[in-house]
Amino acid sequence: MTAATLPELSREELRRYSRHLILPDLGIDGQRRLKKARVLLIGAGGLGSPLALYLAAAGIGTLGLVDFDVVEASNLQRQVLHGTRDIGRSKLASARDRIADVNPHVRCELHETRLTASNALEILREYDVVVDGTDNFATRYLTNDACVLLGKPNVYGSIFRFEGQVSVFATTDGPCYRCLYPEPPPPGLVPSCAEGGVLGVLPGLVGTIQATEALKLILGIGDPLIGRLLLVDSLGATYRTLKVRRNPLCPACGTREIQQLIDYDEFCGVSTEQPAGTIPQISPLDLAARLRRGDDIDVIDVREPYEWEIAHIEGARLLPFSEVPVSLATIDTARDVVVLCKSGGRSAAAVSHLQSVGYRKVWNLRGGIDAWSRDVDPYVPRY
Amino acid sequence: MSVTLFLPAVLARLADGSRIEGAGGTVGEVVGDVAARYPALAERLRDTEGKPYPFVTFYLNDEDIRFHGGFDATVQDGDEVTVVPAIAGG
Repeated sequence: MTAATLPELSREELRRYSRHLILPDLGIDGQRRLKKARVLLIGAGGLGSPLALYLAAAGIGTLGLVDFDVVEASNLQRQVLHGTRDIGRSKLASARDRIADVNPHVRCELHETRLTASNALEILREYDVVVDGTDNFATRYLTNDACVLLGKPNVYGSIFRFEGQVSVFATTDGPCYRCLYPEPPPPGLVPSCAEGGVLGVLPGLVGTIQATEALKLILGIGDPLIGRLLLVDSLGATYRTLKVRRNPLCPACGTREIQQLIDYDEFCGVSTEQPAGTIPQISPLDLAARLRRGDDIDVIDVREPYEWEIAHIEGARLLPFSEVPVSLATIDTARDVVVLCKSGGRSAAAVSHLQSVGYRKVWNLRGGIDAWSRDVDPYVPRY
Repeated sequence: MSVTLFLPAVLARLADGSRIEGAGGTVGEVVGDVAARYPALAERLRDTEGKPYPFVTFYLNDEDIRFHGGFDATVQDGDEVTVVPAIAGG
């Protein structure tokens, strides 16, 4: 990009960005590049928070954000883009206001929708750099494949509990996410942050590294994490990089047999029909009515012991998910069995397992203990 | 050969910690040795046929074993094997 095609900086912008302007390798031209840049953040949550704040502060001209969530109290331990007064608002409305305060020179483009195979190419096409801060495997594979098809760099970050990963995928010569992980784990095997927890500052560590990588790509400086995976271990206070090679057999960036986006829920084994279809469900209100009536039901809570300590349902018993397969002797096939977890994901997998080994009278508590607290007993704390 | 297997925190709780010594001439043998000693960890490292999962990447020192023969990659005394499972939180 020649200097002539870059946007000018106003006097106010020159003052604002002065620490950048005197920085070797950045300077006025670099700052004008940042102003010209269009960066898309997928997810305005844990990783999206430091990303949006720092990229806005740095002077990225146009920040696109994709999210469809609402700010909840349980987000605020890590999602510093949003505040207490934003609880109940859409994350994008909250993000827009905060970004406008951080830097009014940034133009925000809000995509208040779930990223899907039918809208991803259209949305991503308009940006120079895509940053993956989403919270599920289906959207990660979707983002990766869309970036490969469009030739857009994908600044990847992902976190769990105390550890995180960062890399830059889908550049012209570099590997993609599928080169590192050809297929996702089956649903239920890897808990989400909502189920497994995450240290609040961890997305701060990982998201700021992603922001750094995005800036490096736009400025063309330094050594981006192309072909390298950075492992961040907050407990060990270690940062380690490992090589990621481009896989010649990768269906996305190698053989290029993926010519269009696929059904990512199906690819990740997440059928949106599954809970209603093959897994029998019972609503919290129906379960409460049956228990009040004195029906003989074995109510099994498959969460972890530390979750049980926070909240549990009177009359239920604890049997952590990983112990279900080896504890079948304690589950009577003749009794009615209702399985629950926090929000219904792990328990659906447990019900599916019980069905596969012959249990017929087994139901999943729809919405888990969250829904129980909301619909039946507000004295059960939500977490 | 004695090799150190590094586990992320999420798997370390299924073993005695995040660093485990394993024995064997290949990555697969080292994993098999560790899996035999920690049955709860076994199914998180390899499938029922003893093959690696596509969502758990093994590194021999800094290299992805997929490009060096997979579980057949040979190890030397003092090598480090790092287990990097896919995570998706954000």
